[in-house]
Amino acid sequence: MLSPENLKKVEAVRSHYPDSKAALLPALWIAQEQEGWISTDMMRYLGDLLGVTYAHVMGVVTFYTMFIDKPQGKYHIEVCTNVSCLLRGSDKIVDAVHKCTGAKPGQTSADGKFTVSEVECMGACGGAPMIAIGEEYYERLSAEKLEEILNTLA
Amino acid sequence: MEKYILPEIPDYHLLPVYEQHGGYGALKKSLGMKPEEIIDEVKKSSLRGRGGACFPTGLKWSFMPKGNTIPKYLAVNGDESEPGTFKDRMIFEFNPHQLIEGILIGCYAMGITSAYVYIRGEYGKWIKMLQKAVDDAYAKGYIGENILGTGFSTNIYLHQGAGAYICGEESALMNSVEGGRGLPRIKPPFPAAFGLWGKPTTINNIETMANVPLIMNKGWEWYSKIGAAKHPGPILVGISGHVNKPGVYEVPTGVLLTELIDTYAGGMLDGKPLKALIPGGSSTMILRAEHVPGVTMDADSLKAAGSSVGTAGMIVMNEDTDLIRVITRIAKFYYHESCGQCTPCREGTGWLFKILKRFEAGDATSADIDLLLDVANNIEGNTICALGDAAAWPVQSMVKRFREEFEKRVKPAESIAS
Ligand SMILES: Cc1cc2nc3c(=O)[nH]c(=O)nc-3n(C[C@H](O)[C@H](O)[C@H](O)COP(=O)(O)O)c2cc1C
Ligand code: SF4
Ligand code: FES
Repeated sequence: MLSPENLKKVEAVRSHYPDSKAALLPALWIAQEQEGWISTDMMRYLGDLLGVTYAHVMGVVTFYTMFIDKPQGKYHIEVCTNVSCLLRGSDKIVDAVHKCTGAKPGQTSADGKFTVSEVECMGACGGAPMIAIGEEYYERLSAEKLEEILNTLA
Repeated sequence: MEKYILPEIPDYHLLPVYEQHGGYGALKKSLGMKPEEIIDEVKKSSLRGRGGACFPTGLKWSFMPKGNTIPKYLAVNGDESEPGTFKDRMIFEFNPHQLIEGILIGCYAMGITSAYVYIRGEYGKWIKMLQKAVDDAYAKGYIGENILGTGFSTNIYLHQGAGAYICGEESALMNSVEGGRGLPRIKPPFPAAFGLWGKPTTINNIETMANVPLIMNKGWEWYSKIGAAKHPGPILVGISGHVNKPGVYEVPTGVLLTELIDTYAGGMLDGKPLKALIPGGSSTMILRAEHVPGVTMDADSLKAAGSSVGTAGMIVMNEDTDLIRVITRIAKFYYHESCGQCTPCREGTGWLFKILKRFEAGDATSADIDLLLDVANNIEGNTICALGDAAAWPVQSMVKRFREEFEKRVKPAESIAS
């Protein structure tokens, strides 16, 4: 299930901890990077690989909001609506994202390109309002700037 | 003031530049000292943790069992998920080697051979930055086996979180490092006795560790004279909300909150007057504008003002702010992030959010105001971890200090009768 290269990465990370269960979060990250999400087959596979039960893996995947257990759009747009962003106009950003993609928080655009989520504070409050697309942060946004950014995404 | 945590030196994040400015000198010096001398130095410096509770760092280190015959661990907390907080990220980006140096000194002082730096999952980009610095430090022999030929060995590993505020709580963080759900543990036992994999463990914030090389370089006396006497040192203050120049500012502790707004953050946005201020991240108690003058950014002054330093993430609100909306959003956050282990927190955070939504919608009755306090008071102090308190404090302080805002949103009496 994991590519040979990624399997090596998991083996390397396993050596960082006194037991293999601790390698579960890093392994899930590696799996998610490879597949874009984490399927139940992948959960079983990683459980066997690291010697933990499928139930444990499932418990971990569902506990953490960043592990995704169903396929989603090519771009994951996360809009922060927590206090500092709220104070600097995150409402307008939520609306602008909806206008540009047709998707509201919790939805994927009809063309499957964008999945939109409303998220908690991303640690970029000084750059509010902000969104993240994958690992990239876009700060000090306005509706216009947001539109420009989304237009550059193929 | 000169800057010590985020010095304005171009490319300071690069190892050769850091070395040119004396970087890793504190490590060399420390490795020539006895471990207990280092702990003593940190104790005398009066450094207090920058993760939220202002706990004395040297004292925490002294709780660890001595010697190096059993495995012991250091967990460095970069979960940084408290709303309004965005300062540790600056250290990963602009001064990662000072953090690494502090970690190494801490490991040597406590006889630790593995340190885990826990960083929130969303900071993927910053994890890569820190990993690069760690790799460079390994290559130069600062981390790993037989560090600088002294016989001392330690490893530093980064551990990426995956989106759960609760993992910033120290015992939840340990469960997350161990590969489980981030559920807080009942204390005691405390981490210094039973931590990661049941072994003695110390947990410190990122910024706390970045202060350590300063103390070792220049001595506790020098350090303890910076800022407020009982809570000294440089501190990173994150300012967000209605100011002209939001951002992270390094200041000595003890600086006036008004100076932070007016001088550092460029004053109030559009010149609109201040209405309210949350001094240290969303869980700290809100202050009314008229109580802000004279209050300084340090543990004593903020305590006297009825709040706390928390993470020094200041949220500034002008007179146009709808505080009911603000508190409802904060309550939603704690409801979302409660891990659900304790009934008062699991149920209470949901109740708070539900009642506050009634105020937002104009459906609340005047009895709901006291109901909010009642629910919050029943959470506070009755839970496994401090997330329960963190959810209760903002609501308690908002109701006590801005009661009129709630009264204004109550349904008129006649509409209830009809
Ligand atoms: C719900 C909750 C979340 C927390 N989040 C963080 C965090 O993101 N970063 C942090 O350093 N401390 C956080 N803390 C505090 C830690 O439990 C711990 O006190 C701190 O990391 C100790 O470091 P220090 O002594 O250097 O401040 C949190 C505490 C609670 C109750
Ligand atoms: S106080 Fe809340 S977050 Fe903390 S352990 Fe209890 S339920 Fe979980
Ligand atoms: S509140 Fe939006 S990034 Fe912190």
